[in-house]
Amino acid sequence: MLLESFLAAGLLLATPILLAALGELLVERTGVLNIGVEGMMLTGAFVAAVAAEASGSSGVGALAGATAGVLVGLVFAWSALVLGTDQIIVGAAINLLALGGTGAAYRAMYGTTGAALVLPTMPGVPVPGLSLLPGLGPVFASQNGLVYLALLLVPTLAFLFRRTGLGLRLRAMGDHPQAAASLGYRVRSYKIGALLCAGALSGLAGATLTLAATNTFVEGVTAGRGFVALAVVVFGRWSPWGVLAGALLFGLVNALQFQLQAADFAVPHQLALMLPYLVTLAVLVSFPGRGVAPRALGAAEEAR
Amino acid sequence: MSSWAKRDWRRAAAPAGAAVALAVFFTGLMAAVVGASPLDAVGALVSGSVGSGGSLAATLLRTSPLLLTGLAVMLAFRSGVFNIGAEGQLLVGALAATAVATRTGSWTGQAVLVLLAGAVAGALWAGIAALLRDRRGVNEVITTILLNFVALYLVSYAVDGPLKEQSGAYPQSDPFPMTAELWRLVPGTRLHVGLLIGVTAVFVVGALLSRTSLGLRLRSAGLNPRAAQVAGFPVGRDLFLAFAISGALAGLAGAIEVAGVTGRLYERVSPGYGYTAIAIALLGGLRSGGVLLAALFFAALSTGAAAMERTAGISAVLAVAIQGATLLAVAMINRTSWTGLAAASKASDSESIGVA
Repeated sequence: MLLESFLAAGLLLATPILLAALGELLVERTGVLNIGVEGMMLTGAFVAAVAAEASGSSGVGALAGATAGVLVGLVFAWSALVLGTDQIIVGAAINLLALGGTGAAYRAMYGTTGAALVLPTMPGVPVPGLSLLPGLGPVFASQNGLVYLALLLVPTLAFLFRRTGLGLRLRAMGDHPQAAASLGYRVRSYKIGALLCAGALSGLAGATLTLAATNTFVEGVTAGRGFVALAVVVFGRWSPWGVLAGALLFGLVNALQFQLQAADFAVPHQLALMLPYLVTLAVLVSFPGRGVAPRALGAAEEAR
Repeated sequence: MSSWAKRDWRRAAAPAGAAVALAVFFTGLMAAVVGASPLDAVGALVSGSVGSGGSLAATLLRTSPLLLTGLAVMLAFRSGVFNIGAEGQLLVGALAATAVATRTGSWTGQAVLVLLAGAVAGALWAGIAALLRDRRGVNEVITTILLNFVALYLVSYAVDGPLKEQSGAYPQSDPFPMTAELWRLVPGTRLHVGLLIGVTAVFVVGALLSRTSLGLRLRSAGLNPRAAQVAGFPVGRDLFLAFAISGALAGLAGAIEVAGVTGRLYERVSPGYGYTAIAIALLGGLRSGGVLLAALFFAALSTGAAAMERTAGISAVLAVAIQGATLLAVAMINRTSWTGLAAASKASDSESIGVA
């Protein structure tokens, strides 16, 4: 019982990181370095909260969060890929814009002193058969739809990159865009497409935070999770399965430290909160790997 | 002023003018969006940031941590080190400074050791990321991000544990003794000697990068790590130096903040200076003079926004959005002058893992 609730909590905590990291993985594979994940997530979290509160439906909220993420992705694509502005600058600017924009909008709409926003919760979706799995069944008994979506995306992306022509082309854009362009592929269109998908996933990641994990919105609710997602992509060595491992490790250790705190374990809670970051570092140091980063990652776009 | 410095300033002047004009425009625009008078908002922003002696002092006070962390990020990026960890390095700098200030009694000259402790702690914290990249081939983007969170919880633990105030009422350290506080520059204001340290650092870092052989080696490693290696530069040793100097600057910022402004350590001592520093380094065009102007500009926006909230009723947090909009707009207008940055980021991402 304890183990099952621990695994279920770990899976829920891993989901926003996993969604955002898979989106970032997709764009980095096409050679775009988006350090604005945090801003995309935060925008998604806020818009999802507003839409869910107004409509009373968490589904509408999640959809709105994804749409907001796509719009932020569009801003990134237009600035970095159409105008040729440096990708790191665009990412840093988006983080500031999102933090200031959502903060100001939140204060304007809900005031600074009012009670916390109470949002509709994403309902659990029992998947027939899954809950009958020996041992793991109860872990999946009450997970929401976004958790399944995140988990399903892992094999989907792995299949896309390894087994399809589209995946091969996407990877070519990230490793050698000139070669891909010389074969007649519209490199920029592929990159823009990847960015919009990543925007949707980051927006959903933000929606998971406000609609499934906390059921409220506070300023800066993402609290650096976008940066953790960025780190998880490197941790996972730009592979979907690696990203899943990184996100699950992070989520499970996070769930573990919450259980330690709840069990009145004689560890100061601040040190317990450090655990997910320390364990991730320890795993990185223990299993160093060879470079597999897209070779043209972050390379400047030719402005036209 | 020597010729390198003149060139540096001239390159920084045009984007600086554009940034101010754009910030005024965005402030007016956002005021109009929320239904306030754009003229009142801009007026409050200007008078609240540079309009009086007091507000100017507040702006300059805010400049020190932004300037030093901005220089830290700038030096790292120019050296091909993608240090996202200025926030964590600042926090451990503040932590070490607080330990020296509140746990060694009170003695003349203590403030010097307080600042030194901050710089050393920041350098060592960045050194962890350098060690992991050099020995284990772990990318510094991931290590510095993770170490930021570790540093945050370390501070949070310290002020509720070993460094907690004697009275034990709140999770914060004891106040610094007089001997550990920084000298005030202008009586009647809180403006302290940290600003002078920051401005000195602008010239030292600028000269280091453009005038010394170490600077040449660091910039070479940033622009083309392979070429630096082929040229026989001690790339491994220089990597440690780049991390250490960058970390020391950020750590110094943390020490200055606690010894000059807050007078004690608590969990939320930094409102994310180390993350804002990335935007400042980029807005400054990765040049020391540009970083100084960008830090002044961001500091003026933050202090002016507080006044804007009081008089024009526009939320102060909007200043962060104005900073972002200005950074983006300036980069769009001025995008040719950021050459080398892509190389820096690329070097750190594709080379570091293979370095092992």
